[in-house]
Amino acid sequence: MTTTKSKTVYTPVFTDGAEFRIPTFKLLKQDGSLYKGGKAPDIDKEKALRIYHAMITTRVLDERMLGAQRQGRLSFYMQCTGEEASIIGSTAALDDADMIMAQYREQGALAYRGFTIDEFMNQLFGNELDYGKGRQMPVHYGSSKLNYMTISSPLATQIPQATGYAYGQKMAGDGHCTVAYFGEGAASEGDFHAALNMATVHRVPVIFICRNNGYAISTPATEQFAADGVAPRAYGYKMDAIRVDGNDTLAVYQATEAARKLAVEENRPVLIEAMTYRLAAHSSSDDPSGYRSKDEEAVWREKDPILRMYNWLIRQKWWSESEEKELQERLRREVLETMKRAQKRPPPPLDSLITDVYDEVPPMLNAQFEKLKAHIRRYPDEYPKSAGHVQGGA
Amino acid sequence: MAKMNMLQAINDALDIAMAGNDRVLCFGEDVGVFGGVFRATSNLQQKYGKDRCFNTPLVEQGIIGFANGLAAQGSFPVAEIQFADYIFPAFDQIVNESAKFRYRSGNLFNVGGLTIRSPYGGGIAGGLYHSQSPEAYFAHTPGLKVVVPRNPHQAKGLLLASINDPNPTLFFEPKRLYRASTGEVPEGEYRLPLGEAEVLKEGTDVTVLGWGAQMEVIDKAVEMAEKEGFSCEVIDLRTILPWDVETVAESVLKTGRLVITHEAPLTGGFAGEIAATIQERCFLYLESPIARVTGMDTPFPLVLEKEHFPNHLKVYEAIRESVEF
Repeated sequence: MTTTKSKTVYTPVFTDGAEFRIPTFKLLKQDGSLYKGGKAPDIDKEKALRIYHAMITTRVLDERMLGAQRQGRLSFYMQCTGEEASIIGSTAALDDADMIMAQYREQGALAYRGFTIDEFMNQLFGNELDYGKGRQMPVHYGSSKLNYMTISSPLATQIPQATGYAYGQKMAGDGHCTVAYFGEGAASEGDFHAALNMATVHRVPVIFICRNNGYAISTPATEQFAADGVAPRAYGYKMDAIRVDGNDTLAVYQATEAARKLAVEENRPVLIEAMTYRLAAHSSSDDPSGYRSKDEEAVWREKDPILRMYNWLIRQKWWSESEEKELQERLRREVLETMKRAQKRPPPPLDSLITDVYDEVPPMLNAQFEKLKAHIRRYPDEYPKSAGHVQGGA
Repeated sequence: MAKMNMLQAINDALDIAMAGNDRVLCFGEDVGVFGGVFRATSNLQQKYGKDRCFNTPLVEQGIIGFANGLAAQGSFPVAEIQFADYIFPAFDQIVNESAKFRYRSGNLFNVGGLTIRSPYGGGIAGGLYHSQSPEAYFAHTPGLKVVVPRNPHQAKGLLLASINDPNPTLFFEPKRLYRASTGEVPEGEYRLPLGEAEVLKEGTDVTVLGWGAQMEVIDKAVEMAEKEGFSCEVIDLRTILPWDVETVAESVLKTGRLVITHEAPLTGGFAGEIAATIQERCFLYLESPIARVTGMDTPFPLVLEKEHFPNHLKVYEAIRESVEF
């Protein structure tokens, strides 16, 4: 049977979807005042400061840890500079029990939910307290208690998983949803399209948040897709879509709050496209001077999402210059002290090599492990991280 | 001859291939103006234009599907997958399409012009997803060729051979050696044979076999072993599929012992296939069990990478145990 409800025409009619041009939702001007006709979401002082605290924590952490990487203390780092509003503004509009499936640049979401500086550092240094047991590269955080799925490097794999996770939430009837974060580059992967299609077919409470930050490593969005951004794709799947100024914390918050209502109350999945800019390099391994100009970056520095939020808070009389100074200094100190502590902690134990491959270690792997231990006992000086774990019992 | 690192040698090979044949195209994620995240395609867009060297959208299955189509049309696509760890979305296109195009059409159509380049391997603090060696997955797929070079000279000659070979070829580049491995590379075009292993050093006590970045590990291990008086024959397999049984068997018939090493996990690794074939061919000549020195049967770790890694000490120990068996 046919599944289309379209009317019939008798001459060839093509359409390129131009009629679907999606507007951009904005509330805050850079000076912290509201656009005419815009109304701030219902955020009290406590929540506003929780959001802002997470933004500053993220910015300070990013600055210090890139510095630490440059000093050789850390193998790798990724900043989310410029994208704090897209990430934290949206996470703040969720229930803390909603599941987050992030890409890898969403440390702000964790900061908002209360991931401590210690927890960040333990992962970054892969020490014995790292929840991921030192197995993954820096910034691959995860927290079951904060409902933040552990990061996987392969792009877009989390997007259809978010659809599945949210379907489970719907079946459980617990009133929660799942949010998948990803970049506009990852949205080119097949997984993105599968995720959106399944989400509307199966009426799933999932929110897809695309951080359209302009670049996939060196590839500009203009070479990523010919269409007007990512949001129009939602129409192809009969999904609600909204485009929002990603540097506008209040607009991102309000859009996500409304999206969550659609998802949880009506099982209508939503695609949010947050228009922002990756002010930092893709990662510590990348040098943007090879593919974009300082002038282009300067334009976006003027649109700093944290400064915009700061200006709003000042207008609300909820924040002051002196409190700002005190917070930044305290966080800088805390990050530095915590880093030293985390760096000194020993690595995970040797048996973390073989656990968690399965629920139990299979005999074949155990045999390999015994052989490894004998080898390390033979060459203890060559394996300083683990020689201490194999003493005694030849 | 010019002194080059492996990236420069690969770039040189691509440059020569593009200059020599208008139908050679290079594309993948970030390969355009940026020249790839490792810069293997530097300056190719500037030299040959955006129609022949370009960024693709971020979609590996699309890149290889597109490349299959181009190759079927008669072009010579050289598609880059940014890391071998990210080749799996394209697994269907490679395993079900590239590998079977010729066979299923009775040779009406083929994608022989296809070459897929991808950096592979560990030792760079890359953790689970920037370290894997997936050659064995593809070695299980008749219709593909799988090639791994060990140094700049080999990389250039084998890549030019891969591009010109009338079969779809996966070319895995040992990224640990991209800048670390330097050497003299002949100028201009030359091709090294696919499907042929190379005996790098003759010896009488034990054959030590590997490919790619493991050849450097083998060199160090053999140096230790020779100090102990063990005479080692060293072979670089170079092509994993179809592999050169004759050269390996001939060597083992002489030495009576074989140590094989690869970074990928033990179970299902390509060393198992080699061991099975060689024991069939050389059973009565073997003096000791064929030894495999490989990664453990786990995902690739980060902090304990060194413990996991089949390093020169482990290869040396295997050589010693094999000879003293």
